[in-house]
Amino acid sequence: MEHYTMNLTLKVWRQKNSQEHGHFETFQVKDISSEMSFLEMFDVLNEQLINEGKEPIAFDHDCREGICGACSMYVDGRAHGPWEKNTVCQLHMRAYKDGDTIVVEPWRSAAFPVIKDLMVDRRAFDRIIEAGGFVSVNTGNAPDANAIPVSKVAADEAFDAAACIGCGACVAACPNGSAALFIGAKVSQLAFLPQGDAERASRVRNMVDQAAKEGFGNCGNIYNCEAECPKGISVGNIAKMKREYMRASVTTGPAGIRE
Amino acid sequence: MTWKQTLTSPVGRKFVMGFTGLFLIAFLIVHAGLNATIFMNDDGATFNAVAGFMSHNWIMRILELGLFIGFAFHIVQGLMLWKMNRAARPVKYSMKRYIPKIKWYSRYMGLLGTLVLLYLVMHLAHFWVHTKDELYFGGSEVNLYERMRDIFTQPLWFVLYMLGLASLLFHLLHGFQSAFQSLGMNDKAWTPLVKKAGVAYSVIIVVLFALMPIAFMAGWLQ
Amino acid sequence: MVLDSKIPAGDLKDKWQNYKDHCKLVSPANKRNIQIIVIGTGLAGASAAATLGELGYNVKAFCFQDSPRRAHSIAAQGGINAAKNYQNDGDSTFRLYYETLKGGDYRSREANTYRLAEVSGNIIDQATAQGVPFAREYGGTLANRSFGGTQVSRTFYARGQTGQQLLLGAYGALERQVATGKVTMYSRHEMLDLVIIDGKARGIIARNLVTGKLERYFGHAVVLASGGYGNVFFLSTNAMGSNVTASWKSHKKGAFFANPCFTQIHPTCIPVSGDYQSKLTLMSESLRNDGRIWVPKKKDDNRKAKDIPHDERDYYLERRYPAFGNLVPRDVASRAAKERCDAGYGVGSSKMAVYLDFADAIKRYGKMEAHKKVIENPSEETIRELGMQVVKDKYGNLFEMYEKITGENPYEVPMRIYPAVHYTMGGLWVDYELQTTVPGLFAIGECNFSDHGANRLGASALMQGLADGYFVLPYTIGNYLSSEIRTPAIPVTDPAFEEAEKAVAERINKLMNIKGARSVDHFHRELGKIMWDKCGMARNEKGLTEAITEIQQLREEFWKDLRVPGEVESMNPELDKAQRVADFMELAELMCRDALNRRESCGGHFREESQTSEGEALRIDDEFSFVSAWEYKPEGEVLNKEPLIFEVSKPSQRSYK
Repeated sequence: MEHYTMNLTLKVWRQKNSQEHGHFETFQVKDISSEMSFLEMFDVLNEQLINEGKEPIAFDHDCREGICGACSMYVDGRAHGPWEKNTVCQLHMRAYKDGDTIVVEPWRSAAFPVIKDLMVDRRAFDRIIEAGGFVSVNTGNAPDANAIPVSKVAADEAFDAAACIGCGACVAACPNGSAALFIGAKVSQLAFLPQGDAERASRVRNMVDQAAKEGFGNCGNIYNCEAECPKGISVGNIAKMKREYMRASVTTGPAGIRE
Repeated sequence: MTWKQTLTSPVGRKFVMGFTGLFLIAFLIVHAGLNATIFMNDDGATFNAVAGFMSHNWIMRILELGLFIGFAFHIVQGLMLWKMNRAARPVKYSMKRYIPKIKWYSRYMGLLGTLVLLYLVMHLAHFWVHTKDELYFGGSEVNLYERMRDIFTQPLWFVLYMLGLASLLFHLLHGFQSAFQSLGMNDKAWTPLVKKAGVAYSVIIVVLFALMPIAFMAGWLQ
Repeated sequence: MVLDSKIPAGDLKDKWQNYKDHCKLVSPANKRNIQIIVIGTGLAGASAAATLGELGYNVKAFCFQDSPRRAHSIAAQGGINAAKNYQNDGDSTFRLYYETLKGGDYRSREANTYRLAEVSGNIIDQATAQGVPFAREYGGTLANRSFGGTQVSRTFYARGQTGQQLLLGAYGALERQVATGKVTMYSRHEMLDLVIIDGKARGIIARNLVTGKLERYFGHAVVLASGGYGNVFFLSTNAMGSNVTASWKSHKKGAFFANPCFTQIHPTCIPVSGDYQSKLTLMSESLRNDGRIWVPKKKDDNRKAKDIPHDERDYYLERRYPAFGNLVPRDVASRAAKERCDAGYGVGSSKMAVYLDFADAIKRYGKMEAHKKVIENPSEETIRELGMQVVKDKYGNLFEMYEKITGENPYEVPMRIYPAVHYTMGGLWVDYELQTTVPGLFAIGECNFSDHGANRLGASALMQGLADGYFVLPYTIGNYLSSEIRTPAIPVTDPAFEEAEKAVAERINKLMNIKGARSVDHFHRELGKIMWDKCGMARNEKGLTEAITEIQQLREEFWKDLRVPGEVESMNPELDKAQRVADFMELAELMCRDALNRRESCGGHFREESQTSEGEALRIDDEFSFVSAWEYKPEGEVLNKEPLIFEVSKPSQRSYK
C-alpha cells in the first residue's frame, strides 16, 4: 500500500449548544497522512485550533475500534462516510485525495438533539431499550445455561441481530429518521431465542411505542439503514419486528403490558 | 391493545399501507386485463361490453366502493406518514449523497404517490365521471372506447398519461416489494423472488397500460 | 497500617460458602431506604448496578459516555472463561483457579481467585438467560474453545464480540432497573472526587459533562467500577476516555493503591504507524491459535514477507518455547517480540513489528477441507481457496478490521503485529469483600487489583468483572450496609460536600487559568513516551529512576504551560481530558516507584535485573511475595505490604519450554 499525504478543506458544523443555531465553518488541514484515521485527522485539526487559541470541535468517540458506537459523523452526505460496513473511527484517510473538500455534519434527527458541534444526544435509544429491550431475569434466577437448547441457526441469527452497536447511523441515514432497524435488531435477537419468549408481546409493543414518542419517523422500507449500518444488520429484522408487533396485537390484551 | 392502537402505531400504519397497496396492485391486474380487450381491435365491442358489465353489475359496484376505500386509506395514510416523517428531521442535511445500493425512487414514494394521485384525478375525470353521470344523473350514454380514442390521440393528454404511467412504474417498483416488508414478510429464500416478481409485475402492468394510448396515437387501433 | 484482607476461615473450597452463610443481610424494608452510587457502567458496574437495583437498593449509576452501553468492556473480543466442564475434558473450579493463580505468577490472593473460579459458571447461566447469543453447537448446546494456551476448552464466546454481547446483556438488565426507577442513570457525568464523612465514603462530586456544572450526590456506599488505567501510556488498546480519575481521587482520599506497576502488554496489536496515532487496536489472542509468529533470521531484512524463504524465517516462539509455541501467555509473547525487534529483526517500515502469518494455516485447513469434500489431487489454488474460507469463518471480522486500518489484505500478506498496553492488573486495594481501605468505598472489576496477580490470562477479565458485579459485591456490600440502616440520607448541603466541591472547582479553575501554550494531548503523549520506554515491557532501576525525575519535570511543565480552551460551565472535552491527564501524571510516578521497589520479575512486570541465564523472568518469592499497597500522604506515598499466603497452591516457577 502506497502512503501519501494530502491537504484538505473541511466544512464542519459548529453549534455552541442545543439552544443556539449552528453554522458551517471552513478549515484547512495540511500534510494529512493517508494512514491516519478520519478521527485522527480531526485530532490534528483540533490541535491546530487549540494552538490558534480557538475552541476545538466537539465530537463523540471512544473506543476507536468500531464497536462502542460513540462516533457519529455524517461525512459528505453519508453516515460514517463513504466506506461500507464501517464506523467513522475506522474510516481511514486513504479514502481521500489531495485537494478534496469534506463536509461533516452531525446526525440529524428530532430525537437526537445536537449537544455541541458534531455531538448529539442519543439517550432516546436508551429509553427504547428501557421500554423492553431485555429479558426480565434477576441475577441468580437463571437455570443452567445448557438447560434450554437453542439451535445453532437461531443462535447465529440472534447474534447477527445482536451485533448492533447503537450508533444511530440507521436513523441518521434514513430519509424518514426512523429507528426501525435499531428496534428490529433487539426485538429480533430476543425473538429468535427461547429466553425472550415470555415477554415477546410486551417487548415489541413497548419499544415501538417508545420510539414513536421519542419522535423517530416511520420506516419507509428504503433500506438506507441496512446499507449504512456498520454491522450490516439486515432489514429482515425490521420485518420480523413487524410480524412480532402484529402478532402481539392479536394475541395479547392490555394485561401484562407496561403502558 | 385495541385495534385502534395497533392501526395508528408506526407498524400498523405501514401495515395499512402495505395491505391497501397489495389490494390496489391486485386491482391493477383486473383493470389492465379488462382494458387489454381493446387490443382485440373489434372497434371496442368487447371492451365496451366488459366496461358496461363492470359499471352496471351491483356486485362490481360494491367492489368499486371497496376500491375507493382502499385508495382513500392508502392516500390519507401515505400523506400522514409523509408529514410525520418530515417532522422526524426538522434540520435537513446540507449534503446528501446517494448510497450506491439504494434505488433513488425508494426515497421518493411520497412524491411519486402524489404524482400518481394527480394522474388518478385526471384519469377519473376523463372516464369515470362520465360513466357515473350516465348511471346516476341520466347523462348521455358513454362509449368508453371512443372516449379513449378521443383522449389518447390528443398530444397533451397523451404526454400526461405517459408521465403518469412513469410515476406509477417507479411507485410500483418500490411499492410491490415494500408491501411485503410492511406486512412483515421478509425471508432469505423468498424475498429475492418477491423482488423479481415486483419488477416483472411493475413493468408488465405499466407497459400494458402505456400501449393503450400508444396504440391509439400510432393508429394501430381503429 | 496492617492490612486486613478479611479472608474467611475454612478450607479454600468452603470460604465463599462460609462467608455467604454468615454475612449480615439487609431486610427488604431497609434496602428501600439505602442509596448506592456506582461509578462506571462496564461489565462490573452495569452488572452491579442492575443486581443491586433488583435487590431493592436505590442506585445512582454514572458513566462519562453518552450511554452506559458504550463502556470499554464492549471491545473485549475473545471470550469468557467458566469452569463448566461442558466439554468433559477435565476442567473444574480448582483447575480454573489454579491456572489463574499460576498465570498471575502467584501475585494474587488465593481465596479471591478461588471465588472467581467458583462463581464463573453462574455468569454463563445468567448471561444465557438474558439472551446473550453465545456460540452454539448444532445440537443446541453451548460451544467452547480453548484460549490462551489452556489445556481445556472452557472459553465461551460470541464470535469476536464476546465483551459486546455480555455488556449488552448487563446493559439490558441495567435499563430494566432504570425503567422500574430503582436505578437512576447519569450518563455524560464524570466523578471528580469522593466525599468522606466521619471516615466513611458518603458521596461524590461529579461534573455534568454537558452543562459543565458540578453536582453532588449522596450514597450510603460508593462502588467504583471505573476500569483500568492503561491510558497512562497514551497509546493503549483502551478507549480514548478510559481514565484513572475516580480511582485516583479515591486513592488521595485514603484508598490504598495496590500493585500499580502490574500492567499487561498484549502481544497481538496493530503496530503504531505514525506520530498522529491516537490509539492501538487489539487483534484477538485467538489468532495465535492458527497464526505463526516470525521475523527474518537476517537483521534489517528488507525483502517482502513472501520473498523470504521458510528456512530464513525465525519462528522465535516455537524455537524458544517448544511446548507452548505460539500459545505462550501474553507477557511471555510480548517480551519475546520486543526482544527480537530491539535486536534489529523487526519488520515493516517502523521495524517495530513482527509477522503473524496465516499462510500455513490456510494450507493446512485447505487440505483438510479438500479431504472432507473428497476432492482428489486438489490444486494449490483449490487448497488455498478452501483454506481461506475456513480462516474467514473463524477470524473474518478480525481480518476485515486489520484491512480497514492498514489497507493490507492479511489473506495475502502476513499481519504485522506488536505488543501494546492492554489491561492493568493493579488497582485499588480491596479486601475479600471488595472494600477498599476507605469504609463504604468498594472497587470492582478492572479498577481493583485482586484476582489476576501480575498477569491476567486471556478471557478472564470479562469473568472477573461480571463475577464481582453479579455475584460477589451484592453479598459483601450488604454485610457493610447492614450497619448503615440507621443512617439517614445525608443532605448534599453537608459541609463535607461543600468542601469537596470547592476543591474540585478550584482545581478546574487552576487548570483553566494556566493559559499556557501546549495542548493536553501534547503532555499526554510525552508522558506516554516516558512510561512506554522506561516502565513498559522491560524495566530497570536506572530507567525507572530517570522516569520518576522526567515525570516530575513534565508534571511541573504541565501545570505551567497547559492550554485548555473553552469555558468551565459548558461542554468542554479538552477540560475533561486535562483533568484525566493531570491524574495520570501523578499515577505514573507511583507506577514507577512501585516498579522500582519490586526488584523481581513477575508476570507483566519484567525487571531486567531479575532474569535467568536464558533471559526468562525470575520471580523472587521469599522477598516479594506480597501485595504493594500504597498509601497516599501529602508528603509522599507510603508502602504497605500485604503478605501473600499460599495455603493450597505452593508457588512454582512458570515454565513454558
